[in-house]
Formats: sequence, C-alpha cells, structure tokens
Amino acid sequence: MAAAAAAGPSPGSGPGDSPEGPEGEAPERRRKAHGMLKLYYGLSEGEAAGRPAGPDPLDPTDLNGAHFDPEVYLDKLRRECPLAQLMDSETDMVRQIRALDSDMQTLVYENYNKFISATDTIRKMKNDFRKMEDEMDRLATNMAVITDFSARISATLQDRHERITKLAGVHALLRKLQFLFELPSRLTKCVELGAYGQAVRYQGRAQAVLQQYQHLPSFRAIQDDCRVITARLAQQLRQRFREGGSGAPEQAECVELLLALGEPAEELCEEFLAHARGRLEKELRSLEAELGPSPPAPDVLEFTDHGGSGFVGGLCQVAAAYQELFAAQGPAGAEKLAAFARELGSRYFALVERRLAQEQGGGDNSLLVRALDRFHRRLRAPGALLAAAGLADAATEIVERVARERLGHHLQGLRAAFLGCLTDVRQALAAPRVAGKEGPGLAELLANVASSILSHIKASLAAVHLFTAKEVSFSNKPYFRGEFCSQGVREGLIVGFIRSMCQTAQSFCDSPGEKGGATPPALLLLLSRLCLDYETATISYILTLTDEQFLVQDQFPVTPVSTLCAEARETARRLLTHYVKVQGLVISQMLRKSVETRDWLSTLEPRNVRAVMKRVVEDTTAIDVQVGLLYEEGVRKAQSSDSSKRTFSVYSSSRQQGRYAPSYTPSAPMDTNLLSNIQKLFSERIDVFSPVEFNKVSVLTGIIKISLKTLLECVRLRTFGRFGLQQVQVDCHFLQLYLWRFVADEELVHLLLDEVVASAALRCPDPVPMEPSVVEVICERG
Amino acid sequence: MPKELESGSHESPDDSSSTAQTLELLCHLDNTAHGNMACVVWEPMGDGKKIISLADNHILLWDLQESSSQAVLASSASLEGKGQLKFTSGRWSPHHNCTQVATANDTTLRGWDTRSMSQIYCIENAHGQLVRDLDFNPNKQYYLASCGDDCKVKFWDTRNVTEPVKTLEEHSHWVWNVRYNHSHDQLVLTGSSDSRVILSNMVSISSEPFGHLVDDDDISDQEDHRSEEKSKEPLQDNVIATYEEHEDSVYAVDWSSADPWLFASLSYDGRLVINRVPRALKYHILL
Repeated sequence: MAAAAAAGPSPGSGPGDSPEGPEGEAPERRRKAHGMLKLYYGLSEGEAAGRPAGPDPLDPTDLNGAHFDPEVYLDKLRRECPLAQLMDSETDMVRQIRALDSDMQTLVYENYNKFISATDTIRKMKNDFRKMEDEMDRLATNMAVITDFSARISATLQDRHERITKLAGVHALLRKLQFLFELPSRLTKCVELGAYGQAVRYQGRAQAVLQQYQHLPSFRAIQDDCRVITARLAQQLRQRFREGGSGAPEQAECVELLLALGEPAEELCEEFLAHARGRLEKELRSLEAELGPSPPAPDVLEFTDHGGSGFVGGLCQVAAAYQELFAAQGPAGAEKLAAFARELGSRYFALVERRLAQEQGGGDNSLLVRALDRFHRRLRAPGALLAAAGLADAATEIVERVARERLGHHLQGLRAAFLGCLTDVRQALAAPRVAGKEGPGLAELLANVASSILSHIKASLAAVHLFTAKEVSFSNKPYFRGEFCSQGVREGLIVGFIRSMCQTAQSFCDSPGEKGGATPPALLLLLSRLCLDYETATISYILTLTDEQFLVQDQFPVTPVSTLCAEARETARRLLTHYVKVQGLVISQMLRKSVETRDWLSTLEPRNVRAVMKRVVEDTTAIDVQVGLLYEEGVRKAQSSDSSKRTFSVYSSSRQQGRYAPSYTPSAPMDTNLLSNIQKLFSERIDVFSPVEFNKVSVLTGIIKISLKTLLECVRLRTFGRFGLQQVQVDCHFLQLYLWRFVADEELVHLLLDEVVASAALRCPDPVPMEPSVVEVICERG
Repeated sequence: MPKELESGSHESPDDSSSTAQTLELLCHLDNTAHGNMACVVWEPMGDGKKIISLADNHILLWDLQESSSQAVLASSASLEGKGQLKFTSGRWSPHHNCTQVATANDTTLRGWDTRSMSQIYCIENAHGQLVRDLDFNPNKQYYLASCGDDCKVKFWDTRNVTEPVKTLEEHSHWVWNVRYNHSHDQLVLTGSSDSRVILSNMVSISSEPFGHLVDDDDISDQEDHRSEEKSKEPLQDNVIATYEEHEDSVYAVDWSSADPWLFASLSYDGRLVINRVPRALKYHILL
C-alpha cells in the first residue's frame, strides 16, 4: 500500500526506488510462504477468507499486489466507501506517505556514505599490493643464496657424520661386551644375594648372544662361566623348590625361574605336582584326623569349612599356578593336572562323604544344608578352573546323593513317627480305665494321631525344602529343580510315606494269628477312619502343599492324587471289613460256645433270657457306641412303626415241618420247605462276610449278620428238646427286640432269627413252641 | 450230620447200588466208652475190613470180622491237651499203603500213623477258626486240602507244615466241605454255608500241572497237540464255576465215583444238585 502510494506521487525519485523493491516484495513473499504453509497444512483458501486482503494476485485493488491499478482502486474506494471512511483513508494514506518519504531519505544518505568509503578503500589496497610484490622478489633471491650455502655445508660434514655413527655403534657394542664380560661376576653376585629373578633375567638376555658367538674363544669362556653359574643357580633353585617348606607362591616362582632357565618342563611339572600333592595330602590327613574313629567334635559345617579353605583352596592355588606356568605344555599338561585333581578330589570327596554319612543319623537339616552349600560353593571355583577334572560335577553328585539319603532318612523318620503314634494309641487303648473316669475318646485319639502325623510331614517338608532354597548354591542344578522335587520329595517322601502308611495299616488286616488278632479292634477302627480322612481331604492337602512348596515340574510322571486316594480308600475299606470280622468273631464265639456247651435235650422250661444273649446285646451296644464315635450314622431302610412286636411268621410252617420230619418221605421236605423257600426266593441272598460301607449302620449290620449266621449254623448242629426249642425261641425274640435298631434293614435280622428258630424246630423231636405272649413277657422281664 | 453217621447203619460201598432194598444193620461200633462219633472213614484201599472212627478226643481203629458182622476195636489213641479237645473231621490217606490218617480238631490238623497210632505231623492254626473238613490229593502223596470257618480253603504239603502251599478265599462263609476229583486232582470242589458250591482248577499244584501228558496220544495228531500244549501252558489256578442253585447252606459236596465229571451237592433245605464239569474244561483236560 505504501509502495503504491509512493509510486504514485513521486515516480521519478531514483534513490527512493532501491528500498521500494524489497519493501514491496517482502509481504508478497511472506504471503506466498503463507500460502505454501496453508497448502501444507491442508487449509483451503476459503477457510482463511476472514483475511481482508484477498489472496488473488491479479486483484487490481490489492494495494500490495503486483497488478495494482490506482485508478481502479480509487474508483472502488469512491464508489464503495462513505465519506467518513474516505476521509479516514485519505489521512491514513497521507501519514503513511510521509513516513515513507523520511525513510527513503535516511536510506539514501546512509548508502551514499558507504559507497564513498568503499571507493577509498579500494584505492588504498592498490598501492599496498604494489609494495608487497617488491618484497616477495627480494625474498626469493635470499632463499636461493641460503640453499646454496646449505648444500656446501652438508658436503663438508659428510665424512665426519659417518665416523660419528660408526663410533656410536662401537660404543654400544662395547657396552654389550662389557655386560658380557661382567656377566659371570654379576650372576655370582646375584646368586649370592639370592636375587634369583635378576640372575635369571641377565642370563636370559645374554644367552642368545653367547650362543651366537660361541666360536670365539673369549665368548666361549664367558659362556662356560655362565653355564657353570647358571647350573649352580638352577641347583640352588631346585634346592629351594625341593625344600618345600616355602608356600605355594614361592614354589611357583621357583618353577617359573627354572623354566626360564630352560629346565625341562616335563620334569618340573611332575615335581611341581608331586610337591603340591604332598601339601594337599597333609590337608587331607588333617581332615581325616578330624573324622577320627570316634564321633568328631567339630560339627559338619566346621568340617566343610576346614576342608574348603584347606584342601580346596590349596587345590585352587595349585591349579592356578600350574596353568600359568605350564600353559605351554598344551593339552597333555592340562590332562596331567586334571588327573591330579581328580585323584586328590576323589579322596577328598571320600572323606567328605564319610563325614556326611556320620551326619545322616539325624541332626539339624539346616546345618547340613549350609555345610553342603559351602562345600559346593567352594568347589565351583576349581570346577571352573579344572573343567576336565569334573570336580564340580562330582561335588554336585555328592550333594545329590546326600539329598537323596536325607529324603530316605526323612521317610524313615515319618514311618517311625507313624508307628510311634500307633504305639501311643495302643497304649491309650490298653490303659486300664479308671471307673467313672473315661480315658481319651477315640475321636480325640484320632485327632491326635492325624495332627501329629501332619505336623511330622510338614516338618519333614520344611526340612527338605532347605535344599531348594534360592540362596543355596546348588538349588539351581537341574537335579534339584526337577528330579529332587518331583521324584524325590513328592514321589519318594510324601507318596512313599502315604503308601507305607497304607501298607502298615493293611498289615493289621492279615496278621498271622487270625484268632482274635493281636490288634485291638478299636485301633483297626481308628486306622480305618484315619485312612478315610486321608482319602477325603488330607492326601490332596498334603500333595497340594508339596506341589506349592516345590513347584514340581511335570517332566516326570507323578502319582496322581486319585490313585493315592483310591489306595487309601481301599485300605480304609479293608480295615473296616477286618474290624467287622474281628468283632463279629468275638460275638460269634460267644454265641457258639453258648450253643455248643449246653445240653439242649434236657434243659428246663425257660424262665428268662439267657445271660449270653444279654451280653451279646451289651457288646453290640458297646460296639455301636465305639463306631459311632468315628463314623456317621448311615442310612437304614424305612421301618415299620413298631418292629419289636413282630411274631415269628415262618414258625407255623416250621412247626408243621417239624411234625412231619420223623416220617421223612422223599416228597415231604419239598412241600414243607416250600413256604420258606418261596420266601427266600424273594428275599435277597445274605452275603455274610460282605464288604461294608463307611458308616455305623453298615458296620453294625455286618457284625450282626456274622453273629446271627453263626448262631444259625450252630443251632443246626444240635438236637433240641421241647424246652430247648422254647429257650431258643425266647433268646431269638430277645435278640430281635434289641438288635433291629442297629442294622440297616431289620428284615435281615428277622429273617436270620426266623431261620434260627425254624432250624431249631427242625432239630427238635418234640417241637411245641411257646406261646408268643409268654415269650414276650419273659423277654420284657429281662 | 454226625448223628446220622452215629446211627450205625454203615453200608459197605457195594451195597449202595441196591436202593430198593431196606437197609439192615450189619454191625455195631460200640462207642459207649468214647462219646459221640464225629466221623467214620473206611480204609480207602484193601479189603474194606478197616474203619477209623473219631469220637470226641479218641481216634479208634476197628477191624471188621466175620463178613463185617462184628467190629473189634483194634487200637486207639486219644488226644490229650488243655480244654475239651474234639475231633471234627478225619480222612484216610490213600497213599503209603493206607497207613496214614489225618484229623482235624478245632484249628489244628494232625496226621496219624495207623500202625503205631501215633501222631506224625501237626499243623497248628491251620485255619483261623474251626477246621471243617479235609481231603487228600488222590494222585499226589503228601498233598492235603483243608477248609474251615475262616472261609478259606488251604492246600498243604505235609512235609512242610509251616506254610500252606496255596490258599483260596472265594467263599463268604464257612466252608464245610472240600473234595479232590478222584482222577483229575486239579479239580477241587468246595461247599459252603454261603449256599455256594465252587469248582476250582488248581493246576499249579496238581499232579498234572501242564495239562495231560502227550505220551498216550496217537502220533498223527502230534502237531495239533503241540500247538494245544502251548496254549495250555499258561493255564492259571482259577475258579471254574460257582454254582448258586442252593437256597440254603451247603453241607456236603462230593464227586461221583462212577463218572469223574459228575458231582453232587446237598444243602440244608434238602436240595440235592448234580452238576457236570463244564464241557470245554473237560475237553481241555482230556485232550
């Protein structure tokens, strides 16, 4: 706008033109740049429409545009704007024009001055260059003169320089010669002073030269002298080396010097190892002394520490020194060292194992683990040094073996604990009961046993867990990560223990003296419940605990929980079945004696129930109470409202049969037995010694079944008089009154008791049964 | 059962075929001095002139004289010990020229020499409970089977009485009878008061442990027999069959003396069941 305004009133002013260009171009360029930026940012031209100055470069009304046409602009202004705005723009324009004018004037003045000064400067420079040219010419001539002189001087000095070089060479040679001539005396001095190292260094330096010039007599003499001295030196070194009293580093130094003297490495190597062996054997002997014939005083930790610092440390030093000294020996030397280390290592391991074996008996697991840790850690250094000797592997093996033995020991411990528990229970059961004061109940004993076993297992797990602790150096060995956890701890210790527990429990079932058995029935019952508890909860709990603690990895097949549970359940079942057999036998014996020892033919009319039957009921009640302490009630079949009031249904037929029995025609038994046979057809066969379920009712049913079947068989072997039969009738009714409540299916008791009475009637020549009412009266009387 | 035996009507084996005839008393074994007889057994071989009877704690050897019309007590022995000892059962061994008798009392098995009437062996606690019956292997001397109230059947070698050779535990109640088949002694029959009769195949301790010997077969079939022989080899001791026809306790089982594949069992309800050895097994044993 300003440019346009300026162009209009004063187009002729020359100097004003120059600033006008850049002034007008700048906003244009800026706008172009803006346009490009906008393009870049994806802004359309329309979006920037708020801008008053249109971007159209062809707009003639654009003051700053290239195609600005003042006429058009003015026309537009006059046409579009009100007067006030016209006035405003006019003043504005005038003001701008003024400002531009002044600006132009200043610019013109400033630039004028600068141009003048520039012209002056150029003129001055022209003069200066002319002067410089002259001086350069002079310099060139001088340089030529200098070159000439220098050539002359060097020609003069040529021969003298050569002589000096020769003299310097002679001097050096002489110094060497002097060293050589002095060498014998120096060596002697060194040897005298004991500075063997220095001596060997001198010898090393002179050796090659002497070797080269040995054809000259004087050098030969020197060499001979040196050889003698060196031999003496070597001898002294050897002497020192053999004395052995000095420590390993000194020995190593001796060997190094001897090697430098060119002694045969092979021999030195042997000797070095022999010395090392002597030292290490001393260590081993002291360790062995610690082992001693009697139990050693220092604990295992101290022992391994001692062994670690003494023997293993020594071995490390030897190995390090050896490798440094005899590196040149190559694989053969390394082999020798490995063999050496292997031999001594195996002796050391034997000692350690003996010591660890003494530890196996018992003692503190944490101490043992710490000892093993140190042992293992100490051996890792030489292990890296002597990879070929496999010491680290051997050490790991020992640790593994000890761990395995430890597991075995714990398993034994657990077994012993279990047996101990059983003994305690036996004692508690056998302890005489003080009248009025109950001993510990079965449930309490069971809880004691279970908790004590569980705590033992946990203690063992915790003790064994030390082997896999993070900070123990061998815990990241593959054995301890995998096999130890899964095969050792889980399978060997826990599963092994549970298995052995089941076996121990089962062994009570087939004890040889089956007659009553030495095992108290209550113990059988308790073990059975224990096994059942294991099946339902404890096994999975223990195994989960183990798996959590030991993060058992699944690369080895492990016994699943279900298998163990099945085993435990089988054991529980066998124990319970055996319990039923034993208790059934006790009652059976009572019943059998009572039937077999009585003279049933000449018995008197029954007045009351025989004492044996009362005893049977009492015992059954006692068993019921005992089983009830440990086992749940169980289900029984629906009962009739009053079971005790039942009369003998089969009896009518048996009586009939009894009456016909003497005649014994072939067809008769078929008829008479028809009724009972038909009844039997519809009742299920009674499996007397059938496996029982885990509840009280089932157990009691089993016992009562065995007892009543025995009674039945015994009755069939006897012959009864009339009153004998009646007595049986009374007894059976009494049993029926009291036994039905114990069994799952009272029909069973009825059936068996009916059979008993029927059998007795069959075995009676004069079967006259007692009136049911009388029987009831007698039974109710007790 | 003992009562029937006691009734004194001992028919000799020859008379058993005459079912239509009434039984007549031949002779009377006078047992008044010795108490109830538990068992009477004939000498298995010989002229049938000798009888052993067991009465309470006495073992009595009788000689039948004057065409079996008179019995003379030849010798006797008695069992002495704590408590009331009673024989329950006895068998006459068919081996050793019939000089051995085995008896059972309570849980103990005893062997007797009939010549001296002295005890020759004793198996204490042969069973956990009462021993009910015993039988000698007819083809293998020294072998003896016993059964009892502990539901077990045990096989003994009388030369080593500490351990049974084999134990079967198939029954669920007292086993009352055990019988070897007369000719094929691997077949063992047991009857029990669980109303079952069980026929077992005790190949491993029989006199023909690997099936029949080949020597009496014709050579032409040799090849077939070879292959069969092989299939027979792994034959195991097993239960051949369990017979559950009885509704009540089975008190007696025995093999037919005429047909070795026939056997009978008698139960309390008077039912007599006659069974045959399964045909397949029969051919297996024969061929």
